[in-house]
Amino acid sequence: MDDKIETRQLSFYYAKRQALRNVNLKVREKQITAFIGPSGCGKSTLLRVLNRMNDTIPGTRIEGEVLLDGRSIYGSGVDVVEVRKRVGMVFQQPNPFPKSIFENVAFGPKVLGMSHKVSLDDTVERSLKAAALWDEVKDCLGKSGLALSGGQQQRLCIARALATEPEVLLMDEPCSALDPQSTLRIEELMDELKEQYTIVIVTHNLQQAGRVSDWTGFLFLGELVEYSKTADLFSRPQNKRTEDYITGRFG
Amino acid sequence: MRARYLIDRSSRTLLLVCAFLTLVVLAAIAVYTFMFALPAIREVGLWHFLFGKVWRPESGLYGILPMIVGSVVVTLGALILAVPLGIGCAILLAEVAPQRVRQFLRPAVELLVGIPSVVYGLVGLVIVVPLVRRIEGPGLSVAAGIIVLAVMILPTIVSISEDSIRAVPKSHKEGALALGATHWQTIWRVLLPSARSGIVASVVLGMGRAIGEAMAMIMVLGMAPRIPSSLFSPASTLAGMIAAEAPEASGVHRSALFAMSVVLFLLIIVINGVALAIMRRGSRAQGIS
Amino acid sequence: MPRASARLTQKMAMVCVWATGAITVFALLVIIGYTLYRGLPHVGWSFLTTPPRGGTSGAGGISTVIVATLYLMGLTLVILVPLGVGAAVYLAEYAPDNRLTRLIRFGTEVLAGVPSIVFGMFGFALLVIALHFKFSILSGALTLVCLLLPTLIRTSEEAIKAVPRSYREAALALGATKWQTTWRVTLPAAIAGIATGIILCIGRAMGETAALYVTMGGTTALPTSLLSSGRTLAVHLYYLATVTNNLDGAFAVGVILIIVIVVTNSITTWLSQRFRGRMAGGA
Repeated sequence: MDDKIETRQLSFYYAKRQALRNVNLKVREKQITAFIGPSGCGKSTLLRVLNRMNDTIPGTRIEGEVLLDGRSIYGSGVDVVEVRKRVGMVFQQPNPFPKSIFENVAFGPKVLGMSHKVSLDDTVERSLKAAALWDEVKDCLGKSGLALSGGQQQRLCIARALATEPEVLLMDEPCSALDPQSTLRIEELMDELKEQYTIVIVTHNLQQAGRVSDWTGFLFLGELVEYSKTADLFSRPQNKRTEDYITGRFG
Repeated sequence: MRARYLIDRSSRTLLLVCAFLTLVVLAAIAVYTFMFALPAIREVGLWHFLFGKVWRPESGLYGILPMIVGSVVVTLGALILAVPLGIGCAILLAEVAPQRVRQFLRPAVELLVGIPSVVYGLVGLVIVVPLVRRIEGPGLSVAAGIIVLAVMILPTIVSISEDSIRAVPKSHKEGALALGATHWQTIWRVLLPSARSGIVASVVLGMGRAIGEAMAMIMVLGMAPRIPSSLFSPASTLAGMIAAEAPEASGVHRSALFAMSVVLFLLIIVINGVALAIMRRGSRAQGIS
Repeated sequence: MPRASARLTQKMAMVCVWATGAITVFALLVIIGYTLYRGLPHVGWSFLTTPPRGGTSGAGGISTVIVATLYLMGLTLVILVPLGVGAAVYLAEYAPDNRLTRLIRFGTEVLAGVPSIVFGMFGFALLVIALHFKFSILSGALTLVCLLLPTLIRTSEEAIKAVPRSYREAALALGATKWQTTWRVTLPAAIAGIATGIILCIGRAMGETAALYVTMGGTTALPTSLLSSGRTLAVHLYYLATVTNNLDGAFAVGVILIIVIVVTNSITTWLSQRFRGRMAGGA
């Protein structure tokens, strides 16, 4: 099993405040890795480092390395747009564009210059099928993305991210705004997707991390306290702080 | 796909140019107006220009005090009329009137906001001026100007003040009522103070519109270049005189008109500054930063 | 305060408040009502299609005036919209928080407070005289652009800022460049607000008299080019009211102007209602 993403001595600063301290981890290819930890521990920051979304926030600084397939994504001369093509992201609040379902999914390929009209149709169909949304919307692709239910909107956002044919899919608490039924569907979807994509999710729901992920990393105050196979981390945590968090001694 | 990056970078520059243009326009206006104003000031002298009581270009006399007085008097008078009326009407729309009344009144007010000032001037000329003439004087008078201006700025004050009152969080109102205050006490002691900055903003806006109004004032004031002796005597304003004489003026006369523009603009800045100072003092007293 | 006197105060206050409402309605009725009463009978097909005869009679229609107004509005919008929306996009999306940005914002605020006659004099000095554009539609349009720029920038910037941040984030995360995000996501999402601002500017331009009076000239002939002089509806009303004795004609033009304002107000109301739901994502 290869390492798809690796961070070495990764530290991250929002202006003066240090949000990540010396994080070293390896994300395995075509597996699901989860980051857990209390609010403000840096898990979302860590996720956003992986596709350079923190670049959009002024005053941030990064130290250390982040490697995708062995090559740094932060070096000079690195094309951030290329990084974001290869590393897709789904956000906590479903945020489809105020456009049609078709236009939402086609946005990425269009913007990246990836295809012409004919293969756009194919791309949209493929992505919606991969996101388990095709059957529900195939007859109304012109309908506004905002007209769908919450769970459907999130699956639309997943389809939209998949349309750029990424290698990695980052998901920032993808189910926290959804009802239990939609949550279950997306968790099933994640299981299907990992055959093709490397998935990294951030979640504050410990049970979800336990159900869904292969590897889990526990972050606390910006430090990667423990990182191991999910089963091991949950049944035999090595670190006292991990154990305290998992058993609910603090949240 | 190199094109994508080229477009991205050049678009940023293009947009900056657009934004920078506003500064260019402002600078150009300032520069040109000053430049064209200087000859008159040099010829007449600043003191005699600002405080001279006689404006008779054909004799080479360029004192603009009558216009300054006219502008101030007419604007102040309009404010005295329009502000209480406007705030009262805003309270009516925001808190007192039933939905049916509001549904008809609010769009009507919005309509009045957009009606061109020449229409106000026309109605003023045909209805207000004769009415004033019945009471005293030639009709073209300070009184007519005040009435026309007041009606012109009233809708602006009403609509913006109403929005401000509506914007006060419900919790403030409910808190007061829950303590046993009457509806009016809630309006007077809680809603109006909270909406203060919006109301003041509407008044400042109205004031700006009033003092800058040219055509309507030409139509109802008479543009007499004398300091008005009473409410019923004709008068002139800075904006009105400039517009009235600009097409025909030349030489020093034209330059004097530009100098009047400068004075008008400075007057507006001063008044705006005073209004902002009042607003800031008010909110500090309330404990808002 | 004893309850009885508080209730009395309230009663009196309410009477006053309703009185202000009555006065406002009265003013509304007088202005709109009288204008319609006096002007509507004279508004007809021939009024709209015959040219004005000029001179002190003020007789005739307003056909050339309508043409001149349309020319003016067209030229003004063609220049104003790209500049204004472009500036707004820059301020909302690209501008760093530095001195230049603060200066630009300050400049826009100051410009918004300048009375229209000052713009008119500026246009007169620079365009009519210095640049030799003479009294023309071109001079008028450029003057109007300067006058309306702050308004359009302000409303457009608000509209752009109102677009939820999540849309931009989603677009960037998909690999769009900043320009692509702005052009394909942010601006389309803000289009209703921007359109409202444009229509507001149209309304204002239709009513603008002072600035055009000194830059466009006052001929009643049919304008043949951008350098032709002409009158807009509002300017024509002014001439009719002050120079001629055709007051009925003036009121007729007033009716046309009122209709224009009613139409622009309705469109902006419809726009904000229709698109508010869309942005909030109603099902």
